[in-house]
Amino acid sequence: MTFAPTRPIGPARNRFLGAVYARNSSAVMSRGLLATRSSNVAIVVSGFFEPVFYLLSMGIGLGALVGTVVTTTGQEVSYAAFIAPALLAVSAMNGAIYDSTWNVFFKMNYAKLYEGMLTTSLGPLDVALGEIALALLRGVLYALGFLIVMQSLGLNLSWTAILALPAVVLIAFGFASLGMAVTSYLTTFQQMDWINFVMLPMFLFSATFYPLSVYPEPIQWIVQALPLWHGVELIRGLTTGALSMALLGHVLYYLVMIAIGLVFTTSRLKKLFLD
Amino acid sequence: MARVSVGIVPAPVITASALTKTYKGFSAVDGISFEVAPGESFGLLGPNGAGKSTTMRMVGAVSTRTSGELAILGLDPDQYGPEIRSQLGVVPQSDNLDMELRVRDNLIVYGRYFGLPRAQVAKRADELLEFAQLADRAKSKVDDLSGGMKRRLTIARALINDPRILLLDEPTTGLDPQARHILWDRLFRLKEQGTTLVLTTHYMDEAEQLCDRLVVVDKGRIMAEGSPAALIREYSSREVLEVRFGSERNEALGEQLAGIGDRVEVLPDRVLIYSSNGEAVLERITQLGHEPITSLVRRSSLEDVFLRLTGRTLVE
Repeated sequence: MTFAPTRPIGPARNRFLGAVYARNSSAVMSRGLLATRSSNVAIVVSGFFEPVFYLLSMGIGLGALVGTVVTTTGQEVSYAAFIAPALLAVSAMNGAIYDSTWNVFFKMNYAKLYEGMLTTSLGPLDVALGEIALALLRGVLYALGFLIVMQSLGLNLSWTAILALPAVVLIAFGFASLGMAVTSYLTTFQQMDWINFVMLPMFLFSATFYPLSVYPEPIQWIVQALPLWHGVELIRGLTTGALSMALLGHVLYYLVMIAIGLVFTTSRLKKLFLD
Repeated sequence: MARVSVGIVPAPVITASALTKTYKGFSAVDGISFEVAPGESFGLLGPNGAGKSTTMRMVGAVSTRTSGELAILGLDPDQYGPEIRSQLGVVPQSDNLDMELRVRDNLIVYGRYFGLPRAQVAKRADELLEFAQLADRAKSKVDDLSGGMKRRLTIARALINDPRILLLDEPTTGLDPQARHILWDRLFRLKEQGTTLVLTTHYMDEAEQLCDRLVVVDKGRIMAEGSPAALIREYSSREVLEVRFGSERNEALGEQLAGIGDRVEVLPDRVLIYSSNGEAVLERITQLGHEPITSLVRRSSLEDVFLRLTGRTLVE
C-alpha cells in the first residue's frame, strides 16, 4: 500500500454555508439505507399497519353507525372517506417521527454516529439533511401504501387525490425535520417519552376522527396551531377534491416547519460536535 | 530527531502557539505551543485530564480554540474546518465504528463521507483491510471483532481518505499486550512510509516506541519537549533502582537513603533511587544494613521524566 505525497488543498468551493454543508448529504442517506437492511423488519412494517387498522375498525366498523360527515368545505362524505385522508397524514407523520426521534436519539447518544461523521469533511447540515431524507422516505413509503389501500376501498373521491403524494412528502419532511431538531436537544429517555406524550393527543384531536367544528372556538385555535391539523386538512382537501386557497396556507405552514427544523438541527449538531 | 538541516526546511503541517481552550472558566488547555513537521511522529504524553484530547480535538478541527493561534496545513480551522478535516485521519479515544454496518462497509461508507468516488473507496478499502490484517473479516459484524481488531479497523477507517496527518488519541488504551504490539507494528509501518503521526498516550513505552519527538503535558501546559532519549537524559539518570520495604516503612527508609544516588523518590508502594549504576547503589544499601523485600534495577523511562517534572506518576 502506498500513500500519496502531499496534495494541494485550498478553499476551492463556495464559502457560503461552507463550514456546515459539504453538499454530500447523499452519503449520509445511503449509509442509512445500508444500515436499515440490518434493522428489525417487523418494527418497520408494523408502522404501516397501525393507520390501516384504524381505518378498518373505525372507518368501516364505526362508520356504519356514523353515516356521513360534513367537511370544512361543506361537502358531505362517508365517515371512512372523512377519516382516511387524516390517517394518511398520520401515517406520513408516524414514519417520519419514528426515524427522526428514537433512531436519531440512539445514533446521537449511544452509537456516536454523528461524532464520527463530523470528523470527516461532512458538515452538520449534510448530516441533518441526510437523516431527515431517510426519515422522510419511511414516511412516504407508509403513506404510499396507505394511499393504495384507500384507492382499493374507493375512498379517493377525486382525481386530485394523486396530489396527496407530493403533499405527503411535504408532511413527512416537516415532521422529520422538526422531530430531529427536538430530539437533538434531548439527552435522556425520560425526555424522549415527552414526544409520545405530545404525539398521541395530537393524533386523536387534530380533526382526525370528527370535524373541527365540534370544539368550542378557543380549542379550535389550539388545534389549528398544531402541525397535524394542517396536514389533515391539506390531504382531506386533495382526496375529496375540495381545492381552495386554504390549502396553500397549509403548504406554507409545512415549509416554515421544515426550515425551522433544519436551522435548529444544524446549529445544535454544530454546537454538540464542532464546539 | 533525524531531520536534515541543510536545504529548505519543510513548512510545518501543524503550528500551535499559545493555544488555549477554556470550558466555563476552567482551562483544559492553557497556552501550549508546538510545531509538527511533515513526516514527523509527534506525541503528547500526559496523565488523564492533562488536556491531550482537547488539544487533539482542536487540531482535528472539531473544537474551536478560546484563544491563541492554530494552523493545520497552513489553514485556520475556525474558517476551513471541512477542508482541513478532509486531509486528516482521526482515531478517537473510544471506537465509534458504525455497529449497524459490516466491517468492509464501515470503510466504504466512511470514505463516501469525504465525497470520494465509490470505485476508488472500494479499492482502497480492500488494501486497508489487508494492511489492518482484517481481510478475512470483511463481511463480519463489527460487534464480533475483538478489541484489537476494532482498533485496527478504526485505524484503517482513518486512512481511507489518504490523510496527510493521522491523529491517534490513546491508540492502545484498553488493549492486551499482544494486541498492542500488533498495533504498534502497523503504526510503525505508517511512520516508515512517511505518514505524519500525532498521538496522545499515557503509556511511556508507547511514546518511546512511536514518537520522534514529544511534549510532556500536565494540567493543560507543556512541561518539557524533546525526543524520548533526550528527555530521559535531561530529566533522569541512566538507571533506576526500585526497592520495596513494605508500605509501612517506605517513607522512613526513603528519608534515611537520601543522598545515595543522584535523587530519591518515595512512592507509596516503593522507593526509586536514580543513579548511573543501580547495582552499585543496591550494594551500598545492603552494606548500610537495610534489607529491601524486593529490588529491581531498570533503565530510566519517560515515566521517570514525568515523575521528576510533576512529582506524580502517569498511570495512577
